[in-house]
Amino acid sequence: MEDTLMTYINAFIVGGIICSIGQVLIDRTKLTPARILVLFVTSGVILTGLGIYQEIVKIGGAGATIPLTGFGYNLARGAFKDVDKYGLLGAFTGGVRAAAAGITAAIVFGYLASVAFTPKAKR
Amino acid sequence: MAEKSAGNRTVKLKSHVSIVSAASIVGPKEGMGPLGRYFDVIIEDEMWGEKSWEKAESKLVKETISKILNKSKKSPADINFVISGDLLNQCIGSNFGLRDSGIPFLGIYGACSTMGESMIIGSMLIDGGFADNVVCMTSSHFCSAEKQFRFPLELGVQRPPTAQWTVTGAGGVLLSNEGPGPVITYLTTGKIVDMGIKDANNMGAAMAPAAVDTISTHFKDTGLSPEYYDLILTGDLGAVGKSICEDLLKREGFNISERYNDCGLMIYDRKKQDTHAGGSGCGCSATVLAGYIYQEMQKGNLNKILFVPTGALLSPISTQQGESIPCIAHAVSIENR
Amino acid sequence: MVQNIMTKKEYQKYAESKSPKSKLFRNIIRAFWVGGMICVLGQLFTNLLKNMGVDMEEAGSITSIIMIFLGILFTGLNVYDELGRYAGAGSTVPITGFANSIVSPAMEFKSEGYIMGVGAKMFVIAGPVLVYGILASVVVGVLYYLIK
Repeated sequence: MEDTLMTYINAFIVGGIICSIGQVLIDRTKLTPARILVLFVTSGVILTGLGIYQEIVKIGGAGATIPLTGFGYNLARGAFKDVDKYGLLGAFTGGVRAAAAGITAAIVFGYLASVAFTPKAKR
Repeated sequence: MAEKSAGNRTVKLKSHVSIVSAASIVGPKEGMGPLGRYFDVIIEDEMWGEKSWEKAESKLVKETISKILNKSKKSPADINFVISGDLLNQCIGSNFGLRDSGIPFLGIYGACSTMGESMIIGSMLIDGGFADNVVCMTSSHFCSAEKQFRFPLELGVQRPPTAQWTVTGAGGVLLSNEGPGPVITYLTTGKIVDMGIKDANNMGAAMAPAAVDTISTHFKDTGLSPEYYDLILTGDLGAVGKSICEDLLKREGFNISERYNDCGLMIYDRKKQDTHAGGSGCGCSATVLAGYIYQEMQKGNLNKILFVPTGALLSPISTQQGESIPCIAHAVSIENR
Repeated sequence: MVQNIMTKKEYQKYAESKSPKSKLFRNIIRAFWVGGMICVLGQLFTNLLKNMGVDMEEAGSITSIIMIFLGILFTGLNVYDELGRYAGAGSTVPITGFANSIVSPAMEFKSEGYIMGVGAKMFVIAGPVLVYGILASVVVGVLYYLIK
């Protein structure tokens, strides 16, 4: 029971820290949101390549996998896995294979939502 | 020197050019603002029964010109020119809004300074004897402007405190060579000024130098002092641009602070309506002029106005290519005689 | 002429000093707690799935799918933009924000039709994330192959 509670606390803290880094970048640099997202996903890939992000995931759980850096972590880990299995070809198949669920879900739900909903003016 | 010019860049009109009618239609947010009661129509929702934001903006244009004509009891055949523009690519707000009007049309682009540009051309057409009646108008729409210049409406992004809020609204005036009403006396056309500001979220700071340039030139050309006017009114500098404009003009020797305001600060209650630095967009200065200013001038509460719409002449492409923002401001003197 | 008073460089510095800055501390607190809570929600789904006997890998994928679904649903209901206005990076950085960046242009450009509107604009913001994410994963994969 206590262990489960700790997973939530850790997810909250690690996820909160990663989002706060994003907030500092938004408020204190001239980077556009698109650039910040690209920075996050590539940082995730690189940190995983260096073997660092795996440690963050061990501590933070969903707090590390839910932010976009976790998407990068997923891509990199997929590439490693497929390289182990298929050799060099795996570098080309692994990333997208690992991210397939997320990308497809975004397209399918995104499409359905765009059919069902219309944007509203902010006031 | 040309017969009707005063100084370098200012035109001094010789004949009678008066504003005989004015109308404005705004969105719900503008309607809830401090100037709400001055607008002719406040639409209930931004789509206004149309299928897209762009169509809604065209409808604003169409309904505004028909209001202007109705109020002055003129028919489209009485109007020699309509001069209009907006923020959308190829100015489709005006083009489609006026396609059924049957009035000779001059489409212009001056970003948010369009109302000034339109009134300058319109006044000169009348003074030159080329027209009896000219409608000068412009429009902007928060949603269509966001879509073209920024992000989709439903994207969850924060606006920095220097960002401004595009006004949903169309406003216009009917200029005529006869009839009562406030008259137009001087026109100072702006130069493009670019002081190297690149942040598209800080248009006020980008546009302020253009306003300073035009206002100080206006005083030098005409020999008038700021005290001559009851109100000097910039278009949409917002909080940041207004304080810069005031400060720089002081350094140039013109103290305008006691008689200075900005349409972008007047149209919204910034604290309650979360509009950050204030309003912007072509419709901002146009609706404030056609609503509040025109009515207060008719009542005699305001008698001498220097109206200075300001525009940022950027595009999403120039911003992405790292260009700085060229800006412009035009000044129009409007006086009760 | 403003150029007579100060140079462009001086003006940019001056304008900077005149422009209010974002309230960083307040924004960080908001980003922290909202971002943290979104991750806690993700952890909740992962834990539930694990308790149901789903294996670690699959639980992760299913969690992403659920979170993306929620991000898209709340975008469609016109709520996610309000959340973003409050939380900033707290709602942009989690995967729900990625979903928001896909569906919001799709909805916005529906007026230009389902092919060139919805279809073409869907990845106008999220596209770069995929491009650079996938590029980076290939680079890392190739390096791993060479070093291994």
